[in-house]
Amino acid sequence: MREGRPRSFYVLAIFFAAYVLFLYGPMIAIYVLSFQGPQGGLTFPMNGVSTFWIAKLFQGTGIVDLGAAFRRSLLLGLVVMVLTVVLSVAAGMAFRRKFKAQSILFYSAIASLIVPSIITSLGISLEFRIIDDLIKAHWNENFETSMGLLTSGLGAHLTWTLPFGLLIMFAIFNRFDPRLEEAARDLGATPWQTFRHVVLPIILPSVIGIGLFGFTLSWDELARSSQAIGAVNTLPLDLQGLTTTVTNPDIYALGTVISAVSFTVISLALGTIHVLNKRQAAKGSDAGKGLV
Amino acid sequence: MSEEVLQQATPGLIPGSGTARAAKPTRLSPSFISWLQAGPMMLVFLAFFLIPLVFVVIVSFWDYNEYQLLPAFSGRGYTDTFEGCLAQLPDLCTIGKTYLKTLKLCFMVWAITLFIGFWVAYFLAFHVKSKTWQMGLSLLCTIPFWTSNVIRMIAWIPLLGRNGLVNSGLMKTGLINHPVEWLLFSEFSVVLALVHLFTFFMVVPIFNSMVRIDKSLIEAAYDAGATGFQTLVNVIIPLAKPGIVIGSIFVITIVMGDFITIGVMGGQQIAAAGKIIETRVNALQFPAAAANAVILLAITFLIITMMSRIVDIKKEL
Repeated sequence: MREGRPRSFYVLAIFFAAYVLFLYGPMIAIYVLSFQGPQGGLTFPMNGVSTFWIAKLFQGTGIVDLGAAFRRSLLLGLVVMVLTVVLSVAAGMAFRRKFKAQSILFYSAIASLIVPSIITSLGISLEFRIIDDLIKAHWNENFETSMGLLTSGLGAHLTWTLPFGLLIMFAIFNRFDPRLEEAARDLGATPWQTFRHVVLPIILPSVIGIGLFGFTLSWDELARSSQAIGAVNTLPLDLQGLTTTVTNPDIYALGTVISAVSFTVISLALGTIHVLNKRQAAKGSDAGKGLV
Repeated sequence: MSEEVLQQATPGLIPGSGTARAAKPTRLSPSFISWLQAGPMMLVFLAFFLIPLVFVVIVSFWDYNEYQLLPAFSGRGYTDTFEGCLAQLPDLCTIGKTYLKTLKLCFMVWAITLFIGFWVAYFLAFHVKSKTWQMGLSLLCTIPFWTSNVIRMIAWIPLLGRNGLVNSGLMKTGLINHPVEWLLFSEFSVVLALVHLFTFFMVVPIFNSMVRIDKSLIEAAYDAGATGFQTLVNVIIPLAKPGIVIGSIFVITIVMGDFITIGVMGGQQIAAAGKIIETRVNALQFPAAAANAVILLAITFLIITMMSRIVDIKKEL
């Protein structure tokens, strides 16, 4: 007979449920409120139900130029995602052997993660200001600025996403069986073939996880962008700007739209990971099947 | 990147290159390959993290006027920051008060996130037996981390505002006659939002430490007659300590440098270490901003050093 669960289980289960409610409750509240009627305000009760405020965002007559900021954030998010995946996988491979600058790179990544974002952001903005001044002084007096979405902004986001990518790679290779690679080598595979046909397929689900972190962290990034993005704004910056001035449910509508993108990306990534894991489980291993 | 690297690493071994079989492949040394693989990430950290930090330190010693940087040595960034600190003794000057308040916020958020994070991680690690459920519930805790922080902040407005759900609920039950004002744009809402946003950073490392604990140790403690509380204090907490320390470092450094949550949830009225930097930048006083950044960095570094004495971070990852 199975032993019953201890009483502490029920206490902690209730605690956990309360935590989850605390996590999701407020978010759900604004998703609901973004469907306020045209006369609705910032708080409950709902004053009718409509898509008025969301439609208003897309008409461009609302508070921000949603389209432009949306495209900028999306572009930056995708570039950050690709670079995070590629650089993290490459560096993760490097960490499987000893190399000289190993601990420098490791501590740079950890430091980049925990040094307050405002300091990194300020540093990048100073760096680019000084570069601008040098260009103006020595080459081109009419030069405007080298700061921008895909220069200083991209760099700022990478300092935030790369440490996560690297740490995930550590976790992957901690439980990776190097004998699989040895087997591939013994069978005559080149290093590239070993990587392409053995290592990559096995780690692919986690690599998609890195992409998920890369995109979502960039899509929602605020603190590091604040000083380093240059003249243009990303969506979260626009949203933050609204918090002090807005009195309409516009702000909730914008929040709902931004979250919708996040949730789409999260579902796509998790779905892909699930399918890949299933496939690996179904035909990954032929151990014990007597195929020699 | 890896593709390129590996192809460069083994030029003679790419299938189809006719000379490959005849000529002995010119292999690159393993250390060179490591450099090619790790180099790009190192360059990013160099260009966008390490060099900027150096600039912060350098600029903190520059001079400035109303609208521009003057690249000449000056301690003005620092003297402006500590203005009146000696004169006002034994009272605290503005900067002293601000840091004291930041540390107070930090301590409150740390204590609350540690309590919640520990028990959430404990539940996931020891009470949820099935792997599928463990994954699912962990995912449930992680998903909000992938969504926007600002949205999770403004999400409190309809609940805590003057006409928000909490106030109208309390009014209906007759507990209060007037809306409670301190719920929103106050220290309370700042702490609440910080706990809401960053408990995740506590849960993950503590959970990681806890799942690594050998279950037979707990059984052994039980067999030796330890009560549940004794097992918790003498077995589980010491073994979960690395996770607790790493989580604490995350939460403390985030709150020390935070200016967005404190700004939005404090109604831009509460001073904090990160907020000073933002204010100085907005006033284009970059050396003063940089000086404040150096001070903040030094204090953060001090806290981390003290905490990492307790645990070797590199071993735990």
